[in-house]
Amino acid sequence: MTKRIDVNNLNVFYGNFLAVEDVSLAIEPKAVTAFIGPSGCGKSTFLRTLNRMHEVIPGARVEGEVLMDGVDLYGSGVDPVAVRRHIGMVFQRPNPFPTMSIAENVLAGVKLNNKRISKSDAEDLVEGSLRGANLWEEVKDRLDKPGSSLSGGQQQRLCIARAIAIKPDVLLMDEPCSALDPISTLAIEDLIQELKNDYTIVIVTHNMQQAARVSDKTAFFNIAGTGKPGKLIEMNDTPTMFSTPSEKATEDYISGRFG
Amino acid sequence: MTTTDKPTAVTAAGTPLTAHTERAANKVFFGLSATAATLILVTLAAVATFLLVEAWPALTDTSGEVAAKISWVRPDEGQSLIELAGFLVFGTVLISAVALLIATPLSIGIALFISHFAPRKLAQGLGYMIDLLAAIPSVVYGLWGAIVVIPVLQPAYEWISTYFGWIPLFAPAADGTISSTGRVAMSAGIVLAIMVVPIITAVTREVFLQTPKLHEEAALAMGATRWEMIRMAVFPFARSGMIGATMLGLGRALGETMAVYMILSVGLSYSFGLFNAASHNTIASFIAGQFPEANTQGVSALIALGLALFIITLLVNMLARWIVARRAEFSGAN
Repeated sequence: MTKRIDVNNLNVFYGNFLAVEDVSLAIEPKAVTAFIGPSGCGKSTFLRTLNRMHEVIPGARVEGEVLMDGVDLYGSGVDPVAVRRHIGMVFQRPNPFPTMSIAENVLAGVKLNNKRISKSDAEDLVEGSLRGANLWEEVKDRLDKPGSSLSGGQQQRLCIARAIAIKPDVLLMDEPCSALDPISTLAIEDLIQELKNDYTIVIVTHNMQQAARVSDKTAFFNIAGTGKPGKLIEMNDTPTMFSTPSEKATEDYISGRFG
Repeated sequence: MTTTDKPTAVTAAGTPLTAHTERAANKVFFGLSATAATLILVTLAAVATFLLVEAWPALTDTSGEVAAKISWVRPDEGQSLIELAGFLVFGTVLISAVALLIATPLSIGIALFISHFAPRKLAQGLGYMIDLLAAIPSVVYGLWGAIVVIPVLQPAYEWISTYFGWIPLFAPAADGTISSTGRVAMSAGIVLAIMVVPIITAVTREVFLQTPKLHEEAALAMGATRWEMIRMAVFPFARSGMIGATMLGLGRALGETMAVYMILSVGLSYSFGLFNAASHNTIASFIAGQFPEANTQGVSALIALGLALFIITLLVNMLARWIVARRAEFSGAN
């Protein structure tokens, strides 16, 4: 159920402003692909085009192709709502629904897809998803408590459980650890390693060590200056990127000379 | 600090840690805000006391001496002060309920359209227009209702009563007819609804706009449609705000005097028939009607009715608070 994504000559616009220019890359299934780069280089914007979440912002549009197993996600007749049901997303800050309990949060997406689910199926799914997100042992006695009663790291794992409960093909993570402490970060990174057995994972991170630790492939984005569009500089296997990058800009960024 | 030889409270740089010039401003501000808060309590207590003291002669009138001096209290016709209050409370609550039933869904729809569906320019213009509606005096609403709205609505009442007369609310009176003038509880309710819409819309719109982007995006990213996102993220977040807004609207509907006074053909009954002539009246409109010609005893009785209105609004507010507090744990405030 994991799928590959191929992006061909993608331009992302906000109104008339070109935010990301001419990106072509391939995202392999059952692997972790990391996007790194300085702030404002368009890596988050680009990530959000992969499940058409950028369209939430008025005026945002793209030119080019995003192919998931050969199907263009921007083809005519493709419903962005359906795209998002196949490509799940975890955000920078944990965002469980405050009005729902832990169990209801996990089931939120499933209830959208098919309204009726038997009680035992629902319980199994809650347990399975929470186990999948390494959260089950910590919350199994308080599934009816509000999701916002958990710690930040637990909330983020709850969000991952919520995302994998709808069994997506791809999981996008937009700086999932940037609001978390080191121990919670470690827990999420371990989880990403386990999840990549079942999902195609794309992660945006500010933290280069994190990219080096968790990803198989790394893409480096950069921006020439304020008001200029972000570009993909290079993409390669993570060890190669961090040892012998082919571009000077990549080397400068990775060695901490800027960014 | 429990050190034996107290070090003087001065930092290395020599700036003292104790004295602080802003202390005075702090005290003044505290004093002002505390006074304002106290004033609210005092006003509430003063109003309650006034109502109780002034209404006391009428409330404690067991022998009927006070009642005998009030022309509109007729115990022999089933209109003792208590019975009168019963009719009026019923009429007030019925008409306000009609107003709220119409206004709440309408307002929430408008607020949602402004906050989540309309393009920004249209939303701004629309929001401004809605606010303007709130600025129209109730006398004007009354005139407009009596002269323009009622003649338009009356044929509609006829139609509804013919085909949906089996619903008690739309049933014709005992003689098989409905009001030919249209000056009925339904008309009062509709005009009140229009008056209440701007209040509920303005408050709910603000609450809807404050829904955290994070939660909206969480819903959308799971593949929620816009409507599903609203049900999943916006409504639960805005729940207490929506209840609060409805209660504000109810407060206006319960207390509104002029428009009801000008529209309604008054009467006293416990009829649920919204289209029946001379069947209902509200407390506020009744007080306005009787006050100019009331004698001392009459004023006391009217104030007793005012006390009843005060108690209704108090109960409504307590109910609203209870509803909001019931799921406080899940409100997102924590």
